[in-house]
Amino acid sequence: MSPRPACDIEALADDAWLLRFGDRIDPELNAAAHAMAARLRASNPSWLRDLVPAFASLGVFFDAAEDPARVHEALRALIDDVQASAELRLPLHAGEGANSSAANVVEIPVLYGGEHGPDLESSAIELGLAPDELVRRHTAGDYTVAMIGFAPGFPYLSGLDPALALPRLATPRARVDAGSVAIGGAQTGIYPRESPGGWRLLGRTPWVLFDATRERPSRLQPGDRVRFVAIDAAEFERIAAQQDAAS
Amino acid sequence: MRQLHVLSPGLQTTVQDHGRSGWRHLGIAHAGALDSDAARLANRLVGNDASAAVFELTLRGPTLRFDAPARIAIVGASASARFEGERVGGGRPVDLPAGTLEIGSLRGGARAWLAIDGGIDVATVLGSRSTDLRGGFGGWQGRALRAGDVLPLGVGLRLDTDTPHAPAWWIDPAHDSHEPIRYRPSAHPAATALARRGWNVSASSNRQGLRLQGLALASPGGDGVSEPVAPGTIQLPADGCPIVLLADAQTVGGYTKLGHVIAADLPRLAQCVPGQPLHFAPVDGATAYRLACAARTRIARIGVMIDARLAAV
Repeated sequence: MSPRPACDIEALADDAWLLRFGDRIDPELNAAAHAMAARLRASNPSWLRDLVPAFASLGVFFDAAEDPARVHEALRALIDDVQASAELRLPLHAGEGANSSAANVVEIPVLYGGEHGPDLESSAIELGLAPDELVRRHTAGDYTVAMIGFAPGFPYLSGLDPALALPRLATPRARVDAGSVAIGGAQTGIYPRESPGGWRLLGRTPWVLFDATRERPSRLQPGDRVRFVAIDAAEFERIAAQQDAAS
Repeated sequence: MRQLHVLSPGLQTTVQDHGRSGWRHLGIAHAGALDSDAARLANRLVGNDASAAVFELTLRGPTLRFDAPARIAIVGASASARFEGERVGGGRPVDLPAGTLEIGSLRGGARAWLAIDGGIDVATVLGSRSTDLRGGFGGWQGRALRAGDVLPLGVGLRLDTDTPHAPAWWIDPAHDSHEPIRYRPSAHPAATALARRGWNVSASSNRQGLRLQGLALASPGGDGVSEPVAPGTIQLPADGCPIVLLADAQTVGGYTKLGHVIAADLPRLAQCVPGQPLHFAPVDGATAYRLACAARTRIARIGVMIDARLAAV
């Protein structure tokens, strides 16, 4: 087993520390961030307010009334403990134990191409693939929610086939439909809400990914594993109607 | 149920409280009053719970018609407020009969918080009544007030008054605006250079971030690997002009970080007006903690004083 990535603690705010595992997009560093988040969540110290896993770091927000030095000590001790017990094979995969739903693979239905995926054809041409082959490879991927950010509920999914990496649009669109499934650089993601955006739009899911009025506002959680399943227009309409009825 | 009619919305008036905590991992911003101490004191003046929702006013306040008596308090930048033509002072509880309150322009700062007894009774979304402007939820329909809006007020003091009334005392929790803004520098080489230059507040600043103008710092340019950011984070985008993130900040970002503004000085950033000169001074973590504790004590003391004054009425 490879050694655990080192972990530095940096100041993020007066009420937050940043645990840094590295400075590059790397599944192992991301897994370390999710695993540390799971450990902290499990130990549930009274000062803990929020945990924000990112590609290679973890934001730890704590009660502003707490002495940051004391929280720093507690974090250092936890990190040392995790690193000392590396051979015990604590959950390393991003999905395992990151949260209760993470053991499941979330299958997201996507209608590829046409008006819902206006960049599918041009992206396929740019990659030297047939559109069907681009869809096949995109749906073959085993993705992880590396982090959620940019907008509420926007999942950054790692695990994209490197052959499908595409630069962002030179001029971002002023309006991207909610549910648009897209590629931006070496990642794929889903726009949870209508917004501007510069990623290449391959298709669209009828799912409502984010709704602030739901008890669980985000359909996806950091660390979740994701697969895309291609659906046809009829299926899209059927699921979309169900979503409307549910909301 | 008492209602509030928005006759004129002001420049950007939003419903805010203490903000959303515990949802950053889902990309949900903190939001909340840019100076939560001022909002808390305004609530205290009108007898509200500290977590009641208030209005945050920006540069120019709204004109509001009350359909029933209310106790109000304005804390923050001074306002040239008038009720049916009569002057209304800030920093104190003011009892108003039904009628029209015109807040007008703010002076000596960019923001003020208007508390009303009973609070602004909008729905709680994810633990807060604050408006998330970027996410489009919370507060009043997820947006700033517009003319014609009618907002519900919570059950308050059930005042019965037919003339405006205010006590002779007031509080002024204003901060010293001439001191530099203190920050904890990051390890980045440009982090200490921030303190060696003078900056101006850009007109494009908003609740998401305070944008600085000045002699640009050397920037590595482009996006790095996105990592968590927080209110107070000082970002250095490609153009070399820093951005200090505020309460509506996104939760992750890829720009170089120069450090963060300390908690004790975040309320001062809420008062920065476009064009205002701004200086920064580096401090260490122990100093930041000491100043945060001192600020909490100071606000607590003002709170106790308010209670004593109110009890004496």
